[in-house]
Amino acid sequence: MNQFQNFTKGFIKENPILVLVLGTCPTLATTSSSLNGMGMGIATTFVLIGSNVVISLLSNVIPDKVRIPAFVVIIASFVTIVDLLMQAYVPGLYEKLGIFIPLIVVNCIVLGRAEAYACKNSVFSSFIDGFGMGLGFTMALGILGAFRELVGSGSVFGHKFINGDGILVFILAPGAFMALGYLIALINRFKRT
Amino acid sequence: MAKTESTFRNMVLSLTLISLGASACLGFVYQMTKEPIELSVLNKKLSAIKQVVPEFNNNPNDEMYRLPTGDGDSLDIYPAIKDSLVVGYAVNTYTKKGFSGVISLMAGFKPDGTIVNITVLDQKETPGLGTKMTEPLFKSQFNDKNPSLFNMKVKKDGGNVDAITAATISSRAFCDAVQRAYNTLQKGNQK
Repeated sequence: MNQFQNFTKGFIKENPILVLVLGTCPTLATTSSSLNGMGMGIATTFVLIGSNVVISLLSNVIPDKVRIPAFVVIIASFVTIVDLLMQAYVPGLYEKLGIFIPLIVVNCIVLGRAEAYACKNSVFSSFIDGFGMGLGFTMALGILGAFRELVGSGSVFGHKFINGDGILVFILAPGAFMALGYLIALINRFKRT
Repeated sequence: MAKTESTFRNMVLSLTLISLGASACLGFVYQMTKEPIELSVLNKKLSAIKQVVPEFNNNPNDEMYRLPTGDGDSLDIYPAIKDSLVVGYAVNTYTKKGFSGVISLMAGFKPDGTIVNITVLDQKETPGLGTKMTEPLFKSQFNDKNPSLFNMKVKKDGGNVDAITAATISSRAFCDAVQRAYNTLQKGNQK
């Protein structure tokens, strides 16, 4: 597999949300609006790249039996760094996403990529893999957030298109499951043909 | 490089080293971001105070004092002073009656108790429903009202406040927080 395929596989073919269905907890919680979804995606992308690179660097040093705790320490450190940096330099976004940032630690995508990819591949491939997967995640979250915001409150990125209150259930938790289900069905249909 | 074997010594050593490295990085980032974080928190508070009281030329943050609410807690009061005359008070008030978690508001009053403006500092209400409390459509109805004449309850409970559609609990909580600020300020300033 060349690096370009490696980069783009996260978009559709192995999209973390829509195909691998990993990390649904933050997905469902943060996609109540498109901006929140995108912000969460970008923060996760940063953590994913950082942890992938460091883990592939250290993969030969870490003994197999303690690899999971070692990965978790590395991932948690990156999440805390993102948390502090956002708090300091983008307080506006932090206000909206602050409570979800610590959730990235338990996001299965990050540990999943570390375990399935980064610890077996070169530093550069792992970097590309983390970047592609992160972008795929951001895209899926953005689309899901935009859809829920449009149906639920008639706006996208805060710009109102439809007057009135919209179908409120799509902004609440059950609507997240429904929207994610439709999106996965759509992608499956698209992939088969 | 050969793969490190999973002997007891290697496992302890590698985990210790990784933890050490991680804590060193975190300590560094913490030191680096400590000042900007404090600054942004302070700026947020100051801009909230500016929004809710008439123009002033003192530093309300330095003259902050606390007044008891009467039910065992106390609120932060920021007096706004212009040319040694008190023009208003910004009260950092809260309520625990929200739909999810504590709602924190900055409410500004004139010395006679009339509400100038209110801004929401922190809330975790349902997105798209309770979060509408941060929009002017809901909160501007309190502006220039004096709680001694304006019944601070939603219309469903016999008051004067138009509740947010499908978010009566959040609206009630908002009223509760403003009422608490008003009561505290009135009681404290009578003494």
